[in-house]
Amino acid sequence: MPTSAARAAGADGTSDKPDLITGSAAILRSLARLGVTDVFGIPGGAVIPFYDELMAQNAIRHILVRHEQGAGHAAEGYASASRRVGVAIATSGPGATNLVTAIADAHMDSVPTLFITGQVFSTSMGTDAFQEADIVGITMPITKHSFLVKRAEDIPATIAAAYHIASTGRPGPVLVDITKDAQQNLMEFSWPPVVDLPGYRPVTKAHGKQVHAAARLLAESSKPVLYVGGGVVRAHASDELAALAEATGAPVVTTLMARGAFPDSNKQHLGMPGMHGTVAAVLALQDADLIISLGARFDDRVTGSVAGFAPHAKIVHVDVDPAEISKIRHADVPIVGDAKDVIADLTAAFEHEVAAVGGPDLSDWWAKLDELRTQFPLGYTPTSDGLLAPQAIIKRIGELTGPEGVYVAGVGQHQMWAAQFIQYERPNAFLNSGGAGTMGYAVPAAMGAKVSQPDRVVWAIDGDGCFQMTNQELATCTINDIPIKVAIINNSSLGMVRQWQTLFYDGRHSFTDLNTGHETAMIPDFLKLAEAYGALGIRVTKEEEVDAAIKLALETNDRPVVIDFIVSRDAMVWPMVPQGVSNSNVQYAKDHAPSWGEE
Amino acid sequence: MATHVLSLLVEDKAGLLTRVAGLFARRGFNISSLAVGVSEVPGLSRITVVVDVEDAPLEQVTKQLNKLVNVIKIVELDIDQSVQREHLLIKVRVDHTTRSQVLEAVNLFRARVVDVATDALVIEVTGDTGKTEALLRVLEPYGIKEMAQSGLLAIGRGSKSITDRVFKN
Repeated sequence: MPTSAARAAGADGTSDKPDLITGSAAILRSLARLGVTDVFGIPGGAVIPFYDELMAQNAIRHILVRHEQGAGHAAEGYASASRRVGVAIATSGPGATNLVTAIADAHMDSVPTLFITGQVFSTSMGTDAFQEADIVGITMPITKHSFLVKRAEDIPATIAAAYHIASTGRPGPVLVDITKDAQQNLMEFSWPPVVDLPGYRPVTKAHGKQVHAAARLLAESSKPVLYVGGGVVRAHASDELAALAEATGAPVVTTLMARGAFPDSNKQHLGMPGMHGTVAAVLALQDADLIISLGARFDDRVTGSVAGFAPHAKIVHVDVDPAEISKIRHADVPIVGDAKDVIADLTAAFEHEVAAVGGPDLSDWWAKLDELRTQFPLGYTPTSDGLLAPQAIIKRIGELTGPEGVYVAGVGQHQMWAAQFIQYERPNAFLNSGGAGTMGYAVPAAMGAKVSQPDRVVWAIDGDGCFQMTNQELATCTINDIPIKVAIINNSSLGMVRQWQTLFYDGRHSFTDLNTGHETAMIPDFLKLAEAYGALGIRVTKEEEVDAAIKLALETNDRPVVIDFIVSRDAMVWPMVPQGVSNSNVQYAKDHAPSWGEE
Repeated sequence: MATHVLSLLVEDKAGLLTRVAGLFARRGFNISSLAVGVSEVPGLSRITVVVDVEDAPLEQVTKQLNKLVNVIKIVELDIDQSVQREHLLIKVRVDHTTRSQVLEAVNLFRARVVDVATDALVIEVTGDTGKTEALLRVLEPYGIKEMAQSGLLAIGRGSKSITDRVFKN
């Protein structure tokens, strides 16, 4: 007798009278009612009934990918570039297991996504039937929730519940596994269904007392930092953040997942913290007396050694997920709530506090931070082998494309350079695999982003290693008129691993050579590969060719573009905090640590 | 490490136990005892979990459990404020010289004999962990051939119920 039943209203707010249709048609109708317009997937034995219905309608655009992992990352890119839920579809068994990496990725980065898989007949389940896999069991640790549907009549309520869970609270991936008989059988469709989730009650509005306690700390602090994480992007709270930053005058750092949540052009922005953060951002957190964490989770790549992280700081931790609070670092003031609401409340409470007792004086703090910024700006050294500097190329892509573009990075050195050297001015402009670190994310995620944002220029900033993991989706892009642009930062190696080998393993470059670049066999030849996929392929080896190639890519919108930038393999990502040491030991460049007295 | 007794009110859904048990394993917590059964509300089950863990990680695991969509409520039961029982079936070796001593122990512990064979007795005992452990110590010298033990069951003292505030709104 649960009474907290929520009724899921359709996007168009209409209500159907019962109508006898197949379970497959019910899946489609439910998705359409929820406002889904695009899905990515591949058919297979256990989802043929669904695909049969899919062919008979045009409310939902289905994009046929070449690998299910591509469908999963495309759904992520689609969601992350917009305010919508991404949807991917696969058949049972290997189709479903091919989604696993993307599901894990969406789980780590809290991407609102819905994964629908076919399952063998309910009567065959548990018999090791052809293409049977317990995908609900396999994905339990990496989904926000999952459902197994064996009856056609349960489909609308399950799809509505899955969509609701995926898109509310802390967003995340939800899997719905639907047996073939449930897809085939007839059911009476009516909308909206009754969604009954008595155990799911995400907190959105924060406790006023805690917000006031946070405001008081902020008013008293002489060295505050606003530590902004991906939650601010997911909560669409950039405007509220801008108001809080303006009211407090406090420095802001944006994590890898939050790049763009606060404009890079704003003077209060110190850049990205963490292992490859700016010296100013890293040391500001380190020396702060108060850290206001907004939708961030004290990831090890941000904190370095937790024991040595921000030793003098009090922590105000704002998160929609109560389990994040005090998980890594004890929160002096825990605030559970949606970032959008909490930040607005905090700004109001801070202004109230300032009116009563006066505001903080941050001039000494800023003098210190400004000195750090001046002394240790983000930069890079020219290459010594005559090959292109990867940082310069990525910087130019950002400059020539501008802040309205969407930049989707793979994982590794190029990802860090894309986070450092492109100026982000708006949220949802930088997409990457932050928590999971999934190589191969860029091309399919860029494809998904382009589908949800067709009017924006979408760049995949990829590495030669990453690109080889998922480039088959270029076929999907060409055939479905999804003209993404791919910049391969081709250093002929698994660059980030190589960098660690150079720095921490005596230069023993064990199995990081990919032979795709300068003076190698160049296998595969990325130009030929691009052409084989119907994309425009451009190779750039000289500095004077860089701008022309980027401009040609920006002008080419009738097909995807792949630029093979042949760059130096010795370029490294700096600054760097070596793994496991305190952030106080940040190195600006090799063997060059800033002198920053621990006080 | 301290022993904590958690009572979970959960929706009776397929795979629920896997979700709960998997979460403990994933986050590195050992379950020392687990009991699952129906609750007074149709469709809801009650799980009693005993874990040996420090306070801070316990808070983390409780929060993670609360995130499971099918978990409705979690209460930590204080030992002094709750009644705790476990149920044991013990098959003890006996012969004509030891049978009377074993039966005396059974009486002292208010246990019961539920099966009799010429060379063995099956003894049933219910009680808190201290009592069942004490009985086992007494029976040990005679030879315990087999035993089966339930997970700990626990319920709060007084008139309040775990479901009291769940369905208010």
